[in-house]
Amino acid sequence: MLLGFALYKSEAVSYFRIYEMFRFQSFHMYGIIGSAIAAGVIIVQIIKRRHLRNTAGEEIVIRDKARSIPRYLIGGIIFGTGWALAGACPGPMFILLGAGHTVFIVYLLAAMTGTYLYGKLRPRLPH
Amino acid sequence: MLELFEQLRAFIAQPWPWWVAGPVISVVMFLLLYFGHEFGISENFRIMCAADGADELNDFFKINWKDSQWNLLVALGAVFAGYMASHYFLGPDGDVAHISDATVASLREIGLPLEQGKVPVVPDFVSWSGLFTLKGFLTIAGGGFLVGFGARYAGGCTSGHAISGLSALQLPSLIAVIGFFIGGLFVTYIVLPWLLAL
Repeated sequence: MLLGFALYKSEAVSYFRIYEMFRFQSFHMYGIIGSAIAAGVIIVQIIKRRHLRNTAGEEIVIRDKARSIPRYLIGGIIFGTGWALAGACPGPMFILLGAGHTVFIVYLLAAMTGTYLYGKLRPRLPH
Repeated sequence: MLELFEQLRAFIAQPWPWWVAGPVISVVMFLLLYFGHEFGISENFRIMCAADGADELNDFFKINWKDSQWNLLVALGAVFAGYMASHYFLGPDGDVAHISDATVASLREIGLPLEQGKVPVVPDFVSWSGLFTLKGFLTIAGGGFLVGFGARYAGGCTSGHAISGLSALQLPSLIAVIGFFIGGLFVTYIVLPWLLAL
């Protein structure tokens, strides 16, 4: 809920905001992502140094991501093309769906098809 | 009492500056970690595939989707927030995106007749009628497909890599985000000038 409000009210869900970001014509999107990361770095450091526990009483561990270059680079490029093309990443898609843009059901089905095809091709792709 | 609610509504309904939205996103990330989960929206596509029976076809989908219900709940919350924000918390200017003059000019140049102050959140070709044009189809279905494929290949999307990954200073996430921009810049500078002129 909080995420949805933050992204809708900051217009991060807008197709045109994404276009603007990739044209480097406004600081807005970089401000959102940048300040989220800045606050996120502080949060993660506090979690690690204070050994904070989650509600189940276990220490919160943030697992390191597996090392690889092709996987993140190629996958990232494909994701980036889709992001700029649709003007919406997965979070905004759900939000816009709720805002009454029901055509995003097609985006959701297409994304599931993409995910499914990746699952099928996975053994044959470089990781 | 009613006035107080109206004041609160109007306060929330103003456009949120980036320095409010960004930290709120990190609070969402913290809450998910605190409740023993992780912040990753695109994972829902895999969970939905698994729930639809893909788990019998492939190891990649052999996840217990019932254990991941919390993530579907995050998505559901986003859907509901979208409904609330767009129906009850619209700003004084209505449902518009306050993009820069430079962006309006660039979009007009490549064939989108936009007017500053009246830029919609979602372009008119992103609609059911637009879906049956090449422009709308490539935007909605093409974009969705690439997002779904790319997010799982890279192991995360904007929430998982750009926000969570970079917050934890993960090098792989930086590589993925660089990839996001290579792909995004290619589409924005090479593909969109052609596509949006259709």
